[in-house]
Amino acid sequence: MLSNTGNFLLFINIFLSFLIIYNSFKCLKIKNNLIFKNIYQISLLQSTLILICFFTLTSAFIVSDFSLITVYQNSHSLKPLFYKISGTWGNHEGSLLLWVIILTIFSFLFLIYNKNHPKNYRLHTLIIQNLLILGFLLFIIFNSNPFSSINPIPKEGLGLNPILQDPALAIHPPLLYIGFVGSSIYFSAAMASMISNYSGSLFAQSIKSWVLISWIFQTLGILVGSIWAYYELGWGGFWFWDPVENASLLPWFAMTALLHSLLVLEKRNTLYFWTIILCLMTFTLSVTGTFLVRSGILNSVHTFANDPSRGIYILVFLSLMIFASIYFLFSKYKPTNDLINSNSKETFVLINNWFMMFYLITVLLGTLYPIFTDAISDNKISVGPPFYNSVIIPVVIAFLFFMAIGPQAKWIKNKFSNLRSILLILSGAIIINFAIVYFLKSYSLISNLILISSLFLIMSSIFDFFKQSKLSFPRIVSHLSFGFLILFIGLNHNFSVEKDFNLKLGEAKKIDDYEFALLDLKLSQENNYKAVVGKLEVNNSNTMKRRVLYPEIRIYDNPQTLTYEASIQTNFLGDHYLTMSNIDRSEYYNIKFQHKPLMIWIWISVLLLSFGGFLSLFKNAKNN
Amino acid sequence: MQKIIKSIIVFLFIFVLLVFYNSLDRETNYSTDYLVGNKLEKINLKSFDDDKIYTSEDFKKSRYTLINFWASWCAPCRIEHPYLMQLSKEKNLKILGVNFKDKKINASKFLNELGNPYYYMTKDTTGKQSVNFGIYGIPESILINNETIVLKKFVGPLNEQNFNDIKEIINSL
Repeated sequence: MLSNTGNFLLFINIFLSFLIIYNSFKCLKIKNNLIFKNIYQISLLQSTLILICFFTLTSAFIVSDFSLITVYQNSHSLKPLFYKISGTWGNHEGSLLLWVIILTIFSFLFLIYNKNHPKNYRLHTLIIQNLLILGFLLFIIFNSNPFSSINPIPKEGLGLNPILQDPALAIHPPLLYIGFVGSSIYFSAAMASMISNYSGSLFAQSIKSWVLISWIFQTLGILVGSIWAYYELGWGGFWFWDPVENASLLPWFAMTALLHSLLVLEKRNTLYFWTIILCLMTFTLSVTGTFLVRSGILNSVHTFANDPSRGIYILVFLSLMIFASIYFLFSKYKPTNDLINSNSKETFVLINNWFMMFYLITVLLGTLYPIFTDAISDNKISVGPPFYNSVIIPVVIAFLFFMAIGPQAKWIKNKFSNLRSILLILSGAIIINFAIVYFLKSYSLISNLILISSLFLIMSSIFDFFKQSKLSFPRIVSHLSFGFLILFIGLNHNFSVEKDFNLKLGEAKKIDDYEFALLDLKLSQENNYKAVVGKLEVNNSNTMKRRVLYPEIRIYDNPQTLTYEASIQTNFLGDHYLTMSNIDRSEYYNIKFQHKPLMIWIWISVLLLSFGGFLSLFKNAKNN
Repeated sequence: MQKIIKSIIVFLFIFVLLVFYNSLDRETNYSTDYLVGNKLEKINLKSFDDDKIYTSEDFKKSRYTLINFWASWCAPCRIEHPYLMQLSKEKNLKILGVNFKDKKINASKFLNELGNPYYYMTKDTTGKQSVNFGIYGIPESILINNETIVLKKFVGPLNEQNFNDIKEIINSL
């Protein structure tokens, strides 16, 4: 029953997409600035039906309707309700449906919230967005249908991958999707802008909120994924330069560059083509990331199942998008003479864009290079943190300085304000840095420079807060929190302690200032897994503090999987992090202990960063 | 000039997309099961005590060889050690020990304490040689015949069952 309903709704949605495209072309032929009422109605109906379609799938998960292959493969009747619901998007097919929902809803909202822009531009955006929707709907129906049924109906499902049974992972996909699928709307708008010759500051205004929304959610999505990897995968850090993490970071760089170049386009009416390129690039990178992850080229928890036909479909779609973008860009491109003063705000925004492009290219190269060497020379290599750290970190130092100085520059004018205060702040930053180094006794040139530059950014943002108008508040919050983010990362990196050793029950071990003892092992039976819970005592002879941590080894039944749950004690000064893993056929357990100072502040900084974006969105909505 | 730039951009994208297409059918899961039944080609192991290099030629003399990857810092290696000691008494089998990323002094201490089952003693201080054998954890053992064809792979410490399997293979004619 649910299978038929779902399939029916999918087909109706395809029909509605065609209808919207047809009506839009018809409306374009009429020479006035009014859009047919029925286009609004069909768009609303389309959004409503795709939501109902999604809820149909959700209810199939809730009632454990194993007649659907997707439910059978990814759910189990004993699973807690919360994870039954989040199971809807915890698999390839269901998550694609979430893609289409975001494409559709953004399409509708863009249509109704941009009434003061020309009809041609809005309708072309709608047409292109609906072509994207159609592409994904056809992909769902012919290749990845969540409503495919199975006969005879199995009595029980196979269960959701246990490491995905986690609150953070339940909200991570929707957040990230609003981010990178949301970028589709300015991809469509950029194409429409070229087709309908609607350029300049008005175009910038029409997409600004959408860029902000996707940027905020992309930031939050990356944050939640990162927190999840921290406590669930037992990696014990905040970022690993894992190819899948990189895939989410690439569109983020493009979005951040776009946010800044939009300011120039809005205020000064220059950098139009560059802004268009960034719009196209953001969504193209999002689809590229999806392709790499879903096709199984990059292996991770996101690779739900290896199916090359899936990859081919996304690849064809990606190629069409890229070549359509290139075609319009080349045919519409006109060299412009952008006069920009070297000390003006425009220059600094451009500098931000260069830095973002540098990061983007570095991460893109690092991510794709192993794929290329493997495909071309059969040579398996891996690009790891040393590459990214050594290429990116020194550049971040310069970036932070520009980020602090940039907002002091004025639009157009070749003049700097507050040069003296900048120097004062810089000296303050250097003094604080050496105070930190003196008290905590650690020295390396690069980390000193990181601390100085981030403190410089923090202090100049605080200075701006008191000096500049309230209008710059969102920018100040974002820049300030980015400064904090880098500062905390720097401190965390420098003062982290890591110990790795084997221990058996009843044994104690002393390593440097720490003494570890495995006091007890208990077996506990939970609803959908059983767990071996260790009781580990950690004594720090330096601070005379005693801690007891309870790491777990979980054994899930459906599907049978072993996971290692870290035991983490968090406070405002730092995290104590401990994982325990069994060594095959041995009474010893491998223990990994870490002390990570200021960990929670890294998460808070990112949260604050996206809050800055939210404030900017609020300000933008108020102005328009 | 503009035309050249445009064509370069288009070719660049075509190239990237072709590489993506080519990568689709590749096996990305790391597995060493394929090794069983294959011939070990690139054997090049340094002796533990001197500068002698062991190559596949050296293993032709004995009918079977068990290559065992171990280290003094590896707790499970202690557990499998008694099995290795017993296997060292088999006349059809010679055991080759590869001391993996270890310090010589610790490794010697380990063998003095628990006994030395190894007919050949080699070392892989950097861990690079072991990659050629498809090793991704310690301990692991590989049973080969005199043509250096892999008969069986054992991931993790050897247990009673593995011990019996090995005995059965080497004593069958």
